[in-house]
Amino acid sequence: MEKVKVEICCGTACYLLGAANMMDIEDKLPAEWSGKVEIEAKPCLELCERENLGGAPYVRINDTEVMAQATPDKLLTRIGELLGGAA
Amino acid sequence: MLNGSTFIRRELLIRIVRAFDSGSLESEIDQIPVKLRPKNEPSSRCCVYHDRAILKYRLMALLGISVEEEIDETKPLSAYYAEKAWTAEGEAAKPKTPLSVCGPACSGCPDARVVSTQNCRGCFARPCVYNCPKKAIEVVDGHSVIDQKLCIKCGKCIAACPYNAIVKTTVPCEEACPVGAIKKNELGVAEIDFEKCIFCGKCFNACPFAAVMERSQLVDVLAAMKRGEKLVAMIAPAAEKQFPGKIEQLLTACAKAGFSDVMEVALGAEKTTAHETAEFIERMEKNPNTFMTTSCCPAWVNLAWKHLPDLVEHVSLTPSPMVYAREIVKEKDPSAKTVFIGPCVAKRSEARRKDVDYVLSFEELGAILAGRKIDVIACEPWPVARPADPTARNYARSCGVTDAVLAEATAKIPGFKLNAKQINGIDKKTCTMIKLHASGKIPVNFLEVMACPGGCQNGPCSLVK
Repeated sequence: MEKVKVEICCGTACYLLGAANMMDIEDKLPAEWSGKVEIEAKPCLELCERENLGGAPYVRINDTEVMAQATPDKLLTRIGELLGGAA
Repeated sequence: MLNGSTFIRRELLIRIVRAFDSGSLESEIDQIPVKLRPKNEPSSRCCVYHDRAILKYRLMALLGISVEEEIDETKPLSAYYAEKAWTAEGEAAKPKTPLSVCGPACSGCPDARVVSTQNCRGCFARPCVYNCPKKAIEVVDGHSVIDQKLCIKCGKCIAACPYNAIVKTTVPCEEACPVGAIKKNELGVAEIDFEKCIFCGKCFNACPFAAVMERSQLVDVLAAMKRGEKLVAMIAPAAEKQFPGKIEQLLTACAKAGFSDVMEVALGAEKTTAHETAEFIERMEKNPNTFMTTSCCPAWVNLAWKHLPDLVEHVSLTPSPMVYAREIVKEKDPSAKTVFIGPCVAKRSEARRKDVDYVLSFEELGAILAGRKIDVIACEPWPVARPADPTARNYARSCGVTDAVLAEATAKIPGFKLNAKQINGIDKKTCTMIKLHASGKIPVNFLEVMACPGGCQNGPCSLVK
């Protein structure tokens, strides 16, 4: 994949339940991914209501894929997979 | 920091706010434990039934009920809630003891011991045996064995072993408590001696089973808001960087959440600085060989009162920023009720003494904001008449009070010298250091004491440390 779009939910629920730990994720991206990953902190994506509060914090990847109980490590692994390891 | 304990507490808080706002808390609250731990799904402890029992007690604490004071085990949460929502006022809304231990959650950790593990290779040098001052270690069948009757847990063998084979097991709550107020009772369950407890909140953070719980006033605040009472949010200086966005945005978020007015407690801290500096100068004029300690940390004040009677006369009599903030609110509107919002457990005990109506933690405020779908980052800054002085906002950091007093004193008396020292975090070791000051032999005239290392910003109920 050419480019990965990551939307981190910064609604207060997700923030309290772990998104606070992902605020500095941009600094953790390997240099070779530069220009290929677009990270955005979003206001509440309302996934905690549609899905399940226990699944927070939520991250949306490429507009369609939803990651529940997101952590920096999980997110970095998934971005790596999407970039096909060929970064 | 986020871990399993904080996650479940925050999730429950948000669920309570959501259910309260939809008018269904009374009918839903008894179902929450079952919904969170349905049968045939993974449990955190032995089984979902144990999990559910503990979730019930967690919800009880979040309703402000002391688990220790439970008389009727058959009383459902909905009955506790009904009492709270419709009748609780005044005394009932102000728990005497802000902490409560949930017996069924307590793991009854084995007593602290120094033990040799399988990493021991029964080496030839045997530094553990040679370094033990009590001759408590011998090697049996190629493996070191520590005689628990002789061992004094000094840790010399731990440091000496090249294989890291010797470890000390701990009882985390007992280890964390600076004053020996939490101990296992005859049933092997942790119990807090509230005569000794200074409400520093160290055990609350330390227990890996989250058995120590805060008695929340969240539902009291929600119910008061619903009754249409005027509640003023007083935001502690430690709020900086706890939520995304600036303090002024957080103030707007509070106003949106239903508080009738909002203010920074740092405005109260400005008054504390002025009074504390004047008090300090006066004390030094009377007796230049004495010293004064700060008084804004309530856990420190509790420590002095309960455990260090010799030091009480040295504790500044100046009221804390919270008390001055309350005064500012009451001057403006005597009918308003005050809600202190901060990272502190001990403030709950100070609030009770000083007539502050409610205390919420940042977590509880966060739950209200989350439940009411308010994002701090999306809020406009609150139009404050003027922002608080930077030295006052700095109260949440270690050295902050010292810096503020020094700046104020220097402005009044050029060349003023402050011989200051900071106790940055109360623990067993620093308690001993503080006691040394009572002897008066330490050349310090201003002693700042903060119960939490780094200051209030690292308080037991802070969201981000």
